[in-house]
Amino acid sequence: MSDILLEATAQGEQLRLAGAGAWTAENAHDLESLIDSEIRRGGTISHVVIDMGRVDRLDTFGAWLLERLTRSFTARGCDTKVTGLKVDYRALIDEVHGVKREHKAERRGSTLASTIASVGENIVSVGHSFGAMVNMLGALVVVLARIVSHPRRFRLTSMVHQLDNVGWRAVPIILLITFLIGCIIAQQGIFHFRKFGADIYVVDMVGILVLRELGVLIVAIMVAGRSGSAYTAELGSMKMREEIDALRTMGFDPIEVLILPRIVALVIGVPILTFLGSMAALYGGGLVCWLYGGIDPDIFLARLKEAITLDHFKVGLIKAPFMALIVGVVACVEGLAVKGSAESLGLQTTASVVESIFLVIVLDGLFAIFFASIGM
Amino acid sequence: MAQEKAKGNGGKDVVIEVRDVVVGFGSHIVLDHVDLDVYRGEILGFVGGSGAGKSVLMRAIIGLLPKREGAIKIFGTDMAAASDLERQAIERRWGILFQQGALFSSLTVMENLQFPVREYLDLSQDLLDELAVAKLAMVGLDASVCDKFPAELSGGMTKRVALARALALDPEIVFLDEPTSGLDPIGAGEFDSLIATLQRTLGLTVFMVTHDLDSLHTVCDRIAVLADGKIIAAGTMDTMLASTHPWLQAYFHGKRSRASQLEAGVPSPLPARA
Repeated sequence: MSDILLEATAQGEQLRLAGAGAWTAENAHDLESLIDSEIRRGGTISHVVIDMGRVDRLDTFGAWLLERLTRSFTARGCDTKVTGLKVDYRALIDEVHGVKREHKAERRGSTLASTIASVGENIVSVGHSFGAMVNMLGALVVVLARIVSHPRRFRLTSMVHQLDNVGWRAVPIILLITFLIGCIIAQQGIFHFRKFGADIYVVDMVGILVLRELGVLIVAIMVAGRSGSAYTAELGSMKMREEIDALRTMGFDPIEVLILPRIVALVIGVPILTFLGSMAALYGGGLVCWLYGGIDPDIFLARLKEAITLDHFKVGLIKAPFMALIVGVVACVEGLAVKGSAESLGLQTTASVVESIFLVIVLDGLFAIFFASIGM
Repeated sequence: MAQEKAKGNGGKDVVIEVRDVVVGFGSHIVLDHVDLDVYRGEILGFVGGSGAGKSVLMRAIIGLLPKREGAIKIFGTDMAAASDLERQAIERRWGILFQQGALFSSLTVMENLQFPVREYLDLSQDLLDELAVAKLAMVGLDASVCDKFPAELSGGMTKRVALARALALDPEIVFLDEPTSGLDPIGAGEFDSLIATLQRTLGLTVFMVTHDLDSLHTVCDRIAVLADGKIIAAGTMDTMLASTHPWLQAYFHGKRSRASQLEAGVPSPLPARA
């Protein structure tokens, strides 16, 4: 800066400050440090005269810095006068002068108390979202009861459309992923079982693991990531644009119109996908056994027939609709929890996927205990 | 530059010069060879029927929409020929109030106001905080809204915060897209007088797209009218009222206009504002 923005001359207890040049946004950085060094000036000062006569441009930045200067000298008990101010700037200075003392944003420290408080808040919010899920399940049961008595109210078209999205269009990716998982398990089994000369038991492992656990689990996780997130985002943006309120005011129940068809589609779609996925995984396992383990397809099939019973197959398929229900309910609850902002939509979609995958795994564990105790 | 004296509409210092501008979408021509001048220090009200292309012209001026023909000069610089640096320098000298506010929803009010300042100027956090509070005070809000998120604000507050953000860098031109739409008459009146006060104190040039006849009466120095893709008239309110153009007659003498209420001897439902 060629201009000297602020010059100070001290005479005894009087301080004369002379401003010059452009007190505008571009110079605000330099001006601030000049002004702050004057404010920190030591010694006894009783009179301050600020001459603004040579300031040829002034904007809000400059006006505020001048205000800061006068305020801090006044606060020190000095008699502060501003002279030579152009008439044009008077209104701006008056405007800035009316501003109350600066706002101090409360910056939370990372103290122990706030850590404990946030743990508590999280626990409460987990409780709330559990409550919301139970609430949604209840509302679904009520709507279902209404549909049973008036079957024509069911939105069949909407359900078929959703089934197309979450079921039919998911088939290729589900087949591919489960096929690869089947291959990997068979390869790992053969590699490690061979050390004990127990190659043939890899068929048992692949069969039981795929039919009981992996088929349904992989499908449920894929569906949570693929369709659950889509449900949350759709319902969330409908909530943001007040579409859901509009439905409600026209006398429609959003749960009946929007949520039930989506959840029914999932409950139908996921078992079908589970079946297809399990078959693809067995196929992949059989292929690896043949090509990598040297187990002929005939032997693989014969061994598979001995190793698995219908129970294993049923266990997988019984779990599927419950997994679908969990994914659907979590997705819809999170979708309806979206608030006005784009950020909230992102947060709820993330929460929807994370929560539903977590709950699917928890549910799988509970089922494992249940089936073990009934001997299935 | 910022404080050159050209107050009132007598000053012939042109800050926005639109010449022969054509803007269209596909085969549909929205603006057909439009000419418009905006003078320094005036409040220009820009009116036209819904869908006539008011916002299109505003967006073409600020460079959000490409034009097919013509030239737009701002502070004498042709925006199409300007280098990136020149363009950025000019963008720093204007502020825009979008119709829905366009506040960043993931930032607080305070952060919204500080965002452009932080990007362009190297200032201390204390000064940024103080300036944000000062800007809020200028638009009539107190410091308690600082930590709120845009989703938590009412419509009127959103407009005020958006205006404060438009003013954050002390621009010379402010573009306002329907600033009073969605506000009640009292809020709209306050917003009008706020714009007039800020225009006086900061020496702003204001380009205001509006439908609000009261705003046109109370704060606008000059009015430009867009119809059929052309500027059909530009001048003071008196010129508009005296015009015999059928569209202007319908707009300014329609059932909802103040002129017709005065002619019929019905007192205006709003208290007159000076």
